[in-house]
Amino acid sequence: MNAFRALVVVEAKLLFRDPVTWLAAVVLPSVVLVLFGGVFAGGPNPDLGGRRWIDLFVPSLVVITIGTLGIQTLPGRLATYREKGVLRRLGTTPVHPAGVLAAQLALYAAVSIVALVLLITVAHVGYDVPLPLDPVGYVAAYLLGMGALFAVGLLIAAVAPSARTATAIAIPLFFAVMFLGGVYMPRVLLPEIVQRIGDVTPPGVQGLQDAWLGTAPQIGPLAVLALITVGVGALATRLFRWE
Amino acid sequence: MNVIEVTGLTKRYDTRTVVDKVSFSVEEGEIFGILGPNGAGKTTTVESIAGLRRPDAGTIRVLGLDPVHDRPRLRSMVGVQLQESELPDRMTVDEALTLFASFYRNPTDRKALVGELGLEAARRTAYRNLSGGQKQRLSIALALIGRPRVAILDELSTGLDPQARRETWQLIESIRDRGVTVLLVTHLMEEAQRLADRVAVFADGRVIALDTPAAIVAHADPEQRLRFRPSAPVTDDELAVLPDVRRVERVGGQVVVAGTGNVVQNVTSLLSRRGIVAHELRIEQATLDDAYLALTASPRTAKELA
Repeated sequence: MNAFRALVVVEAKLLFRDPVTWLAAVVLPSVVLVLFGGVFAGGPNPDLGGRRWIDLFVPSLVVITIGTLGIQTLPGRLATYREKGVLRRLGTTPVHPAGVLAAQLALYAAVSIVALVLLITVAHVGYDVPLPLDPVGYVAAYLLGMGALFAVGLLIAAVAPSARTATAIAIPLFFAVMFLGGVYMPRVLLPEIVQRIGDVTPPGVQGLQDAWLGTAPQIGPLAVLALITVGVGALATRLFRWE
Repeated sequence: MNVIEVTGLTKRYDTRTVVDKVSFSVEEGEIFGILGPNGAGKTTTVESIAGLRRPDAGTIRVLGLDPVHDRPRLRSMVGVQLQESELPDRMTVDEALTLFASFYRNPTDRKALVGELGLEAARRTAYRNLSGGQKQRLSIALALIGRPRVAILDELSTGLDPQARRETWQLIESIRDRGVTVLLVTHLMEEAQRLADRVAVFADGRVIALDTPAAIVAHADPEQRLRFRPSAPVTDDELAVLPDVRRVERVGGQVVVAGTGNVVQNVTSLLSRRGIVAHELRIEQATLDDAYLALTASPRTAKELA
């Protein structure tokens, strides 16, 4: 078996043995949708431009997935691997320890897409939420949003001296991302300034929402996300220590 | 052929020199021991040989290659078992072996390796549930899975119970019997004496002795003791004037003679000349342990040997 594939397979098995993480990442967004769907669904609301509450809320739920994987799981795993000498050990084999990092990124990207497909299906079948109306724009916004958040996760892994510190940094950041992404409270209810901040902070929920509802995502926030992905990613790579 | 050649290796951390002009070479197919107390520079030396650290001065050649520049090529030929290097808690033995096997072009047969290391029963056990000995054996298995020509094993029996330690030793001998050159780091004299063909004794970042364990013991000339109850009286003075005797004591009815070199022969031949039988005779022979203490305690001897 090729080394990268073997790394992805073993990381997938390890993730599967950690149900709290994968349930939160894959299942929780859809569960939240079902729990609040009945309450929020409502009818078309003139205050929301004729949209229903639920149409605006569903795009925010992907934040749970990529926030859990990118900000909590990714840095937690990498910092633990460094602390336990797993990365150092890999460094003595023909595989560069970056392989384990690449494998995790690939795995979490794949898992997040499974969660997204589940969410879209539940929203569509259960609550008549349309499939993303601007699929190309949605994919672009999604990839950039995920990339930016994963880059932030890598930076945490790079600067945290221990797994404990990584968690300590990740938790408040995770809640901030969830809040700005409109998971706790629909974004339209947040103050204007908080909404504008949330447009550009990863994963850029406004773009996801626009694309889902059929408006092309704005180029400005997408550019900011791209910058964060590249800039923070490069910084994380520079600062990352394998041992 | 020398598989490993270290010449003038020097490594500093800040201003502290932890390895100071260390030179030695390891021949193909031998078990070479690196012995010394904690902080003597053993681990830094082997980590430099493994290419994990860049020397500040000196050269290292492993299979004729530079561990830093040729690291990509060497990594497939050198198996390393590091101190304090663990695996993910929930990874099973089988998964770890499959994963590490995937890193090499021509890995060894996993089943045979698992059998040889006595890990069959633990194949589906998660890393965190393995015993200390099983973890250590798995770690050795991972170092060997790529069919390395050189195996670097750092403190492999630390934290093992005596039974597990002996099993690990047998394993190391079987590795050598396959033609793998073994570089073994240890602070256990018994381990070095049992396993190593040759030993480099480290102290304060230097090699203070380099030879077979037996020759090191002989050179260091540590104190030996005879303890016996003579069948007829023998005076302290008669014993004390013998060559190589350092001191004579009486403990209960027993005579204790301490000395170096040929003290044992000198005392026993005196007794036999006098027709005295040494009842309850016990000879405390020097071990590498004593030699090591003698070496490190006496800087003069150390310098002579170096």
